[in-house]
Amino acid sequence: MIGRESGVYKTSYEADLALYPLPTGQYAAVAALACLALLPLALDSHAMALLNLMALASIGAIGLNILVGYTGQVSLGHGAFMMVGSYTAAILTTRYGVPFWLGIPAGGVMAAAVGAFFGIPSLRIKGLYLAIATLAAQFIVEWIINHWTWIGGGAQSTIYVPTPAFFGWEIDTEYKRWFMILPVAILAYVAALNLVRTRIGRAFVAVRDRDIAAEIIGVNIFRYKLTAFAISSFYAGVAGALWTYYLKIANYEHFTLVTSIQYLAMIIIGGLGSVLGSVFGAVFITLLPIVLVYLVEGTARLAGYEYASVADFLANLRLIIFGALIILSLAIEPEGLYRLWGNVKRYFRLWPFSY
Amino acid sequence: MKMKLWRMGAAALAAASIVNLAWADHTVKIGGQCDRTGATRLIGVEICPGVADYVRLVNRKGGVLGHKLEYTEVEHGYAVDRGVEAYERLKRDGVVAMLDYGTPIVYALTPRHMADKIPAITPGFGRADSIDGRVWPYIFPMAASYWSQAGGAMQYIKDKGGKKGTKIAYLYFDNPAGREGIPIVEVVAEKEGYQLRHFAVPSPGLEMSPQVIDITRRFKADWVVAHLFGRAPSVSIKELKKSGFPLDRVISFVWGSGEADAKAAGWADSQGYLGLQFAAVGRNLPVIQEIMKMHRDEGKAVPEYVGSVYYNRGVLIAAILTEGVRLAIQNHGLPVTGDKVRLGYEAIRNFDLQGFLPPMTVTPADHEGGGWVKVYQVKGNEWVPITDWIRGYREEVLGLVDKANKKQH
Repeated sequence: MIGRESGVYKTSYEADLALYPLPTGQYAAVAALACLALLPLALDSHAMALLNLMALASIGAIGLNILVGYTGQVSLGHGAFMMVGSYTAAILTTRYGVPFWLGIPAGGVMAAAVGAFFGIPSLRIKGLYLAIATLAAQFIVEWIINHWTWIGGGAQSTIYVPTPAFFGWEIDTEYKRWFMILPVAILAYVAALNLVRTRIGRAFVAVRDRDIAAEIIGVNIFRYKLTAFAISSFYAGVAGALWTYYLKIANYEHFTLVTSIQYLAMIIIGGLGSVLGSVFGAVFITLLPIVLVYLVEGTARLAGYEYASVADFLANLRLIIFGALIILSLAIEPEGLYRLWGNVKRYFRLWPFSY
Repeated sequence: MKMKLWRMGAAALAAASIVNLAWADHTVKIGGQCDRTGATRLIGVEICPGVADYVRLVNRKGGVLGHKLEYTEVEHGYAVDRGVEAYERLKRDGVVAMLDYGTPIVYALTPRHMADKIPAITPGFGRADSIDGRVWPYIFPMAASYWSQAGGAMQYIKDKGGKKGTKIAYLYFDNPAGREGIPIVEVVAEKEGYQLRHFAVPSPGLEMSPQVIDITRRFKADWVVAHLFGRAPSVSIKELKKSGFPLDRVISFVWGSGEADAKAAGWADSQGYLGLQFAAVGRNLPVIQEIMKMHRDEGKAVPEYVGSVYYNRGVLIAAILTEGVRLAIQNHGLPVTGDKVRLGYEAIRNFDLQGFLPPMTVTPADHEGGGWVKVYQVKGNEWVPITDWIRGYREEVLGLVDKANKKQH
């Protein structure tokens, strides 16, 4: 019933190559888009802040998935590339008056350059060894921002950014910020969906599956590995720049090693090698700890406990539940939430006549 | 018709009850963030109950000028995105004054506080230049900033016989907060003719023997001014002790002067170690005695942490917040808004809570409350005060604040 191919005849190559070849897919995409655009009508500013944070995380996660999930290069330096984007945007805006909509791509480009540089070791080393090499990026970039005062903006390594404005339209509420972040997120999502279906995307997958075989069939490994690093870091830079305009501040402590690990967690939980999975993972990792605050505290209140007397216990209980849910979701479906979603879709493919 | 009447009646009833609630309920909503699981949880698990206990005490005594305080704590585990969420949640719930927790989160939220006109108390987290309320009207450090702490430490050294040529080692955590003390230490050293050298400790600061050997053997320092965080202070105590440096010539800033630091280094090995405090420590204080009595009246045992360094800092935060709200109501009436609380804070004069706090006086130009510190020393198994409230080089500190804010804007 849902997503049934039967009866859909394609008469042109374009139709066959469409991003959503089935009418149901197209309707769903349009409906999702309309939903996202209309959400501000229904939600309060607190919920909008959550949406913004999730959208920001999604952009970064999609980027990391291109590198780790599609190209098979493990990176622990994602936070560093976000830092680069963040400070690039802040410096351009505060010192050169560049508007935010130029600062975002500029942050991406700068991060792409830095990312490609730190991707060079990937030509020699793989897997865990590469992870450690990219860890260096995390520390080197942090050190440079911290000690090079021109970049860091002084002893505090913090740059305040004025309220971003789009031709005089000041983006100063959570609602307006949603319309700053959402278009970028959608662009990032669609671009990634298309990228992985192109020649470049197929080369990435070939490199991931077996780089020697890929080299033999004529894939230029040097080029594609660095391209993967550059594209992934571009996403990270865009996310970092958006984060700066979102908070109106650039501060390197927002992109520590923990951030890099968190993004890895997002794509592993969401599904390696899946664009939609990255979004699922970003939502999971961003939203779950916050939802747990309400769930656990609400339950405790219902059970008659006073918050102040059990606050420490609840805080740690939430962490335990969070960890258990991660393990549980991976135990149920090691290939991530995307696969789980796929299973649901497959179940309904011939429903109610499935066999 | 019958149906319509019934509906109208229900609507009227609902409206009446809402109005009724609004009139009867003059609770003032305040909120705070807290870290009970994240990077600084050892501090959070004592500060947060300190805040909550004091608010409870105020409510038991009838509230602020008869109005109850409703305090909401949001635990964020030191994560920036959850800090943003916490802010938005508290803002949605109509909170008029907040406590911000954690340096990166304070930084992230500063522009929001300024835009939404909700004052934030940021004791020991915020940047030193935010004490100028003419530039940062909604940010209230409300406790000695790192610059004032450095001023206090240098004043103590001078009082103890610091003279031209005295060698001072500034041992700091190599992050923005750690480096923040440098400018004032430099200014003072130049003024007094001290020999000054910096010794950076990279994160996480668990290995310090190279720096300590440098300080004790090569530089042969007379004094060490330490500005470290987390586990690093205890490591510095151990290493300095091992190399035979007299610990009564080591002065730590406020985040290296908790019970946990001396405990981790071993109380026996920390004897003589000096630390700065911006709230009094211990249980032998009127306000802490009142809180202990409240616990007993509630039929609960007094928790072990009551009276500890960080617990008392929590009490300090809540006490200032309450005083701000009181002055807001007294001077500007109900309903309480963020802007009124800001004016309330700025009207605080010589507020010391029977010796628990320094004589806090907050003005639009000084959101720090005077920049007072007290030097404490490890004696036996506790921190003992060895000076009165002191501050030093106030002119230099305020000069730097001015300079930093001019550069920024």
